[in-house]
Amino acid sequence: MAQISFRDVRKTYGTLQVIHGVSTEVADGEFVVIVGPSGCGKSTLLRMVAGLETITGGEIAIGDRVVNQLEPKDRDIAMVFQNYALYPHMSVYGNMAYGLKIRGLAKSDIDARVKRAAEILELGAFLERRPRQLSGGQRQRVAMGRAIVREPAAFLFDEPLSNLDAKLRVQMRAELQALHRRLGTTSLYVTHDQVEAMTLAHRMIVMNAGRAEQIGAPLEVYATPATTFVAGFIGSPPMNLIPQRRGERDVLLGVRPEHLEPCAAGDAMLTVDIDLVEPLGSDTLVYGHLAAANGSGVRVAVRLHQSVDARTGHLAVRYDPSKAHHFDPQSGQRIAT
Amino acid sequence: MVENRPWLTAASHAVLILGVLAVAFPLYVTFVASTQSFEQTLQMPMSLVPGDQMVKNYSQVLGAGTTTGSKAAVSSMLVNSLVMALAIPIGKTAISIISAFAIVYFRFPLRMFFFWMIFITLMLPVEVRIIPTFKVIADLGMLNTYAGLTVPLIASATATFLFRQFFMTIPDELAEAARVDGASPMRFFVDVLLPLSKTTMAALFVIQFIYGWNQYLWPLLIATDESMYTAVIGIKRMIVGSDAANEWNLIMATAILAMLPPALVVMLMQKWFVKGLVETEK
Repeated sequence: MAQISFRDVRKTYGTLQVIHGVSTEVADGEFVVIVGPSGCGKSTLLRMVAGLETITGGEIAIGDRVVNQLEPKDRDIAMVFQNYALYPHMSVYGNMAYGLKIRGLAKSDIDARVKRAAEILELGAFLERRPRQLSGGQRQRVAMGRAIVREPAAFLFDEPLSNLDAKLRVQMRAELQALHRRLGTTSLYVTHDQVEAMTLAHRMIVMNAGRAEQIGAPLEVYATPATTFVAGFIGSPPMNLIPQRRGERDVLLGVRPEHLEPCAAGDAMLTVDIDLVEPLGSDTLVYGHLAAANGSGVRVAVRLHQSVDARTGHLAVRYDPSKAHHFDPQSGQRIAT
Repeated sequence: MVENRPWLTAASHAVLILGVLAVAFPLYVTFVASTQSFEQTLQMPMSLVPGDQMVKNYSQVLGAGTTTGSKAAVSSMLVNSLVMALAIPIGKTAISIISAFAIVYFRFPLRMFFFWMIFITLMLPVEVRIIPTFKVIADLGMLNTYAGLTVPLIASATATFLFRQFFMTIPDELAEAARVDGASPMRFFVDVLLPLSKTTMAALFVIQFIYGWNQYLWPLLIATDESMYTAVIGIKRMIVGSDAANEWNLIMATAILAMLPPALVVMLMQKWFVKGLVETEK
């Protein structure tokens, strides 16, 4: 059990800087998700915690030890890889026991730990199988089992669900949550999937181009995105960003698709020329662009809770000004209201 | 593929049958000659029916060689060949797999330079550098020794390259997972890379066993003493002069004996050999 501290962590490859100083604390027992598009540096950050990448600047501490100079095996962490990285020639049991064997644990102790992990993950029937005889979800569980048996201070997950099909991903997401409730181990989880981030995280770190754009609880990030990047990345479809003039200055008005409500033409705050309608059953997504009257042909999305017959035409919408956001068009930063 | 073109089928069968005959007939003649007496082999044309001298001929060559040519016993030649054919693949595998491990998994100065140095030696097989290599071995006093027979043939760019290519197909995450699990590089090598390389090693073993067994030019220079003859050299030394002076029945018996071990290795290792060439356990 331990907290993880990032103190102005930086990474450069030659002259290329990929992490521009990340500082945050992961509390003991917390589940923190690092989320961002590919190439944003999220995996690099995780691998720096694991000790698979060197730390160019700043400090990472696990517990109260600065680990910058420690080998991965001395950091008291366990990692789950995207492609599982199971040893193909070892049985499920062998895969889970290998790290313990190297650490010189007694046979009986290894056996007890592997059996317990197998029981938690429902792998008891597969202990003698080879990884290639298992399904994707089972392999994923073995990879987790390999992490669990070590009883580390922290779990590091590098996109562990992205090789699974959609249905299995939802199921494994729930299992991960249950597992974390049961073990309470500090966890750092990297993903590019904002739904995974929203559902799993106690807190999330939204990264873009090597910077932590926003760090906060999922609903807080959703409700008050700090930048236009976060506004666009968290939520699907992304927040509508509409250039406006507000008093003396240009601003970007941000409204989430679900906060736009259809209304009578007379009350309309925005009028949308419909381009495409996607009925999803529970609700309907309408994509279109703003009519010239209120601006610039900006593309917008609206989430309606009723079905619409129209394939084309106009849709008059309004929104609750208290649910609108404003951003600076140059810096992309949120403007406090 | 299903095709119904009788002429094509007939023609392709004819070609294949001709091919089989071209390979199999000389083998058959060799076998027949090895079962006949010396006088029978001199008849023109030679009988194509196996004779009754098989046991006599084979025990003669195994025990005492020929009477007119080399008198070295073929049994000791077979032992020499076996030593050579085992030392070469084992030595090659041991050296190559470790070099490939270094080149793929470690970052050291001039890594690529050394890789290309190894690669370039592909252009310098023993036959090309035979005179300087002979000089070195002779100066080191290694003529007529097993070391002299095998060491110059052990360094191998081909095998290093083969293992390097195989290691590069192993996902990096496997090495990283082993690092997180606490395995040292050598531990990773022994516990993960070696077991995964089993099929590649088996394929290499078969190829190199045959390469070592069939070596001709090098042992011809190095093995001047009868006791160091390999089977292939033994055949050469049994042929002494004019056609009629050679005991062809005994020479053919030796040839059959020299052919058997490589054939056995291929047959016994065939499953592994094919596996090593076409699939990897990943």
